[in-house]
Amino acid sequence: MGLMQKIAETQVWRSIFRHGYPNTPRNRALAALSNIFLHLHPVKARKSGIKLSFTWCMGGITFFLFLLETITGVLLMFYYRPTIEYAYNDIIALREHVPLGIMRELHRWGAHMMVLAVWLHMLRVFLTGSYKPPREFNWNIGVILLLLTLLLSFTGYLLPWDQLAIWAITVGSNMARAHPLIGNEGPGASLLAVGDVALVTPSSDIRFGLLAGRFVGAAALLRFYVLHCVALPLAAGLFMAIHFWRVRKDGGISGPM
Amino acid sequence: MATSEASQQATYGNNPARDPNRRDPSRRKVMGTLVAGWGLFLLAAHAGLLGMVRYLFPNVLYEPPATFKAGPPSNYGLGVDETYKESYGTWLVRVESDPLSGRDGIPGMYALSTICTHLGCIPNWQPAANKFKCPCHGSGYRMSGMNFEGPAPRPLERWRIVLATDGQILVDKNQKYQWEKGQWISPEAYLKV
Repeated sequence: MGLMQKIAETQVWRSIFRHGYPNTPRNRALAALSNIFLHLHPVKARKSGIKLSFTWCMGGITFFLFLLETITGVLLMFYYRPTIEYAYNDIIALREHVPLGIMRELHRWGAHMMVLAVWLHMLRVFLTGSYKPPREFNWNIGVILLLLTLLLSFTGYLLPWDQLAIWAITVGSNMARAHPLIGNEGPGASLLAVGDVALVTPSSDIRFGLLAGRFVGAAALLRFYVLHCVALPLAAGLFMAIHFWRVRKDGGISGPM
Repeated sequence: MATSEASQQATYGNNPARDPNRRDPSRRKVMGTLVAGWGLFLLAAHAGLLGMVRYLFPNVLYEPPATFKAGPPSNYGLGVDETYKESYGTWLVRVESDPLSGRDGIPGMYALSTICTHLGCIPNWQPAANKFKCPCHGSGYRMSGMNFEGPAPRPLERWRIVLATDGQILVDKNQKYQWEKGQWISPEAYLKV
């Protein structure tokens, strides 16, 4: 009896893996179906469908980059404090004093790469017609994930709290002023009024809600930090789970045309 | 499968353990209870959601107040004063004449917003060139606030400026006046000195 077989017969092993060695089609299917991570994937994929020249592996690379961002992001949180007193100096310290001073650089470049990978993934899905029925729902989930990726980039942009960050968010959040009805300079904003008291003002419109103030200040920094580190990654994780699961439910990766 | 369900249904009515005096509530009553219950639940859930949205709009801001006093007008000479640029985002300008607001030949003061009308950066006052110049994309404004170069689509905004009872200048940033809406001619957009 080989060592591997001995291990495979222990109670510990058998409590974890509820199937035999994956050398039969049934056990291979069970290996995928009885694992929480693998079960999101199709049990079987067409050989032609997973060719690198067909998928570019851009979805997988995007997911890899999301994991990289999660790990480096959590590590950065051990040193970074989201207040106007400390934020900028903590970013400098992450480069100058903290061991392995490239952590923030990894996070930043990973973010740039992720936007690029998401874009290429979308282009690949479009060029191969993989958005067509029955996958049109998953295309929409993908559009939400694109939006979440861009929002993660946008909120992360403010955190270094340097001139570039403050002004980029000032310019970016000014767009919200022009939102119809709920932006104070947007069309229809003046319709929302009680008598001659306007309800949508610079101190109550959607931009105010986003920044928690009338301009980019301490409250905006804290708000963007929470969005960047907690709210948006949770939302992205949820939609990624749906996205991967739907690939399986919609018949796996589409075949070449 | 169908037959076993049917036989279960049949024996259900003759269940010996069942109290023969028990009366089931009517279909209408069950529906009514369900509608009322779900209605209340959804109402409470939406009220909670609304409360959460309201929660995100703070009541107290740790920002400079929107109104401030800037001393008596006699403190200011002709030209642009940058005292309140950092603290209140305002340039106080004293001029002999302001034809753009219909005060040709009438000396006075106005309060200019320091927010570039292109994308919201803060321009710099350049005394030598006699203009405001935005470092972000190069928008330029005359001393009046009128845009004349770069991508700025409209002039700088002016704030309400009046004389307080104690003789000090009072600038009120809650009220803004835009040239392109013809608001600079408003009485409180210009302080006659």
